[in-house]
Amino acid sequence: MIRRRTGRITLVGVLLAAGGVLVTGALRDTLTYYRTPGEVLTDPGATRERVRLGGEVVPGSLRRDGDLVVFRLAAAGREITVRQRGVPPETFREGEDAVVEGTLAVDGIFRADQVLVRHGNEYRPSAAPTEPPDAR
Amino acid sequence: MLADLGTATLAAGLLCATLAALLWLRVALVGAPARPARLATTGCLLSAVAACAALETALLRHDFGVRFVAENGGRQVPVFYTVTSLWSALDGSLLLWLLVLGGYAALLARRAYPVRLHAYAMVVVSAVTAFFFVLSHIAANPFRAVHPAPLDGPGPNPLLQQHPAMGVHPPLLYAGYLGLVVPFALALAAPLAGRDGRDWLRLARPWTLAAWSALTAGIGLGAWWSYAVLGWGGYWAWDPVENASLLPWLTATAFLHTTLGRPARRAGWNRALAGASFLLVLLGTFLTRSGAVASVHAFTDSPLGPMLLGLVLLAVLASAVLAGRGPRRPTPGRPDPLLSRGTAVLINGVLLVTIAAAVLIGTVFPLLAEPLTGSRASVGPGYYQRTAVPLAIVLLLLMGVTPALRVRDRAEALRRLALPGAAALATVAVVGLLSRPGRPALTAFGAAAFVLAGAAGQLAGRRAGAARSVRWAGVLAHAGLALVAVGVAGSSAYSQSGERSLRIGETMRTGDVSVRLLSVERSTGGGDMSVRARLRLVGADGRQRTVAPALRYHPARDTAVTVPVIDTGLRRDTYVTLLAVAADGGSATLRLAVNPLVSLLWCGGALTTGGGLLALAGGAARRRRRAKAGTSAVPVGVGVPA
Repeated sequence: MIRRRTGRITLVGVLLAAGGVLVTGALRDTLTYYRTPGEVLTDPGATRERVRLGGEVVPGSLRRDGDLVVFRLAAAGREITVRQRGVPPETFREGEDAVVEGTLAVDGIFRADQVLVRHGNEYRPSAAPTEPPDAR
Repeated sequence: MLADLGTATLAAGLLCATLAALLWLRVALVGAPARPARLATTGCLLSAVAACAALETALLRHDFGVRFVAENGGRQVPVFYTVTSLWSALDGSLLLWLLVLGGYAALLARRAYPVRLHAYAMVVVSAVTAFFFVLSHIAANPFRAVHPAPLDGPGPNPLLQQHPAMGVHPPLLYAGYLGLVVPFALALAAPLAGRDGRDWLRLARPWTLAAWSALTAGIGLGAWWSYAVLGWGGYWAWDPVENASLLPWLTATAFLHTTLGRPARRAGWNRALAGASFLLVLLGTFLTRSGAVASVHAFTDSPLGPMLLGLVLLAVLASAVLAGRGPRRPTPGRPDPLLSRGTAVLINGVLLVTIAAAVLIGTVFPLLAEPLTGSRASVGPGYYQRTAVPLAIVLLLLMGVTPALRVRDRAEALRRLALPGAAALATVAVVGLLSRPGRPALTAFGAAAFVLAGAAGQLAGRRAGAARSVRWAGVLAHAGLALVAVGVAGSSAYSQSGERSLRIGETMRTGDVSVRLLSVERSTGGGDMSVRARLRLVGADGRQRTVAPALRYHPARDTAVTVPVIDTGLRRDTYVTLLAVAADGGSATLRLAVNPLVSLLWCGGALTTGGGLLALAGGAARRRRRAKAGTSAVPVGVGVPA
């Protein structure tokens, strides 16, 4: 009886350890941190990691050049130039908030490969929130 | 008027639910008659029906003096989407939630279960109902009056006005989520009910099957909606909202398996899984409705957060305390042999729980990362591809072994696995030689072939004579999941897509499919402006047709949504999205994708749901037969014969 119990505890321990290794290993490489333009510009090591950058698309800064889209993203008084290949979502507009994902290049321009815009933006600030379309 | 009436129904519901909880407690403690308690539970349901009816009436009559209608109604919205807008935003969807919960409570109240078990379970369900009435009444009352009433409203979120699945997906999902309250309540009630509680598993199983079937269908429809509406060509993004529906599905699936055979051996598992399933529903509700986790779909801030978190913690605490009080009976009989269905069911449970844990960690990690590391983080799909996906493939392989576990003779078992094994290896070899889908997809194909060949063998051989519907239900559900696996692996390995700006008359190709831009047309009407690109689509077989994906701008909500065109085929879908249009109308940016095998996902989902329903029907028929034969004294804990 006691041997069976020790065996079971060992088994559970091994399973937990395996699960822990699996999860931490997968988390280490797939986490993306949110940064602000200011944080990325002042951090000397910023070019190494992939980040998500949030801010407002500066009005008047949006240029399209073939399938390249270049714009400036501002938050907390700092601005950064973002160059994005491919078409951003249809809800992407100047003056709206956007989140881009990519890395900072050595020339100080942020190379984004993904633009995320909030779905279900409410335009009335006082109104109740839209539900995350549960519908999904 | 309607506003006051609606608020009154919510108050009445709260009163009834509280009363019901107390009356059922009285039944449980002193054995009082159950009739008044049952009446109170019916009162809850009637209040919820009245609340939903009041809000639907307000929506249909465009009564913009009601807050929810002012925020989500609109004169231009078609009737169908006006009806569905009840659940297209948080506060209204809580009413649907209450309606479904009230329905389950009323159904459970009418059952003739052992008295104390029944009464304690009803106390739990009534308490949960009362909590959600409080939530709706205080924190998210959709009936608050608006002064002055606006003349028109913005209509529901444009994304939720595009697809008929909107009409069935949320109700089904809720039916799945809330059905899990019954096994949860029975599991909590069992240790309190003493001798009455021994039979809880047998009673909980049909409810779980019903809830599981609804949840499966709901998740499938959600993926379909996402695929057909969002325009990015995918069906699953590991978004918190999606994960919240997957988590209880995983644990409920594990529960349906641990209750098979001789479930008394796995008493701890059964209690834990029944409890965890509904706790995960509550946790998912907290995560997705409080704004705690940033979902791509919406960042919501609402006052529900603290209350929901409180409920989750309370429920976890209550379950933990009661689980500790559970009867500790020694496991009957000798242990299962190492190679047996009992072991397979345990491994299956371990795998499903591990997947659920990994998904849960990925979902809540962003929430924990901020206080721990000081910066916000997001967990990408890569995390799930490395944790959940390989485990799911192992699970699929395990599914393929099940046909062999019915026989005691080892040589016979191996013989039964020979054909499916050969089919799997042949699939891997052929697919691997013809294309390079990558290791995960290739393994998934092989595992799916293993399961499907085994299922086909069982169908063809009609083994074991007795055509037990439960057995066929399992075969069906497993085959459905194997098809889903093929669909997922195929569409992620072989999808091709391209994005280009086209001038009128130009052509773009993806694989062997091409589109030529014929014209760009703008139109207004129905409260929105839309621009559509008329395209000549030429398929691989040379078949030509004209399609017109559109961009639709809703001024009332200041949002634009894309309306993709999907040319569905059995082997593959052609998916065209209009991304942008030049101001002069002379060019359009398009995304053309070819997604193979996606239709298998929907077929597989339907088959799996069908499996659940068949098991439910088979169980009901068996119970009826037994009742007729007068053998009502079913041995303890026998759910489904081994």
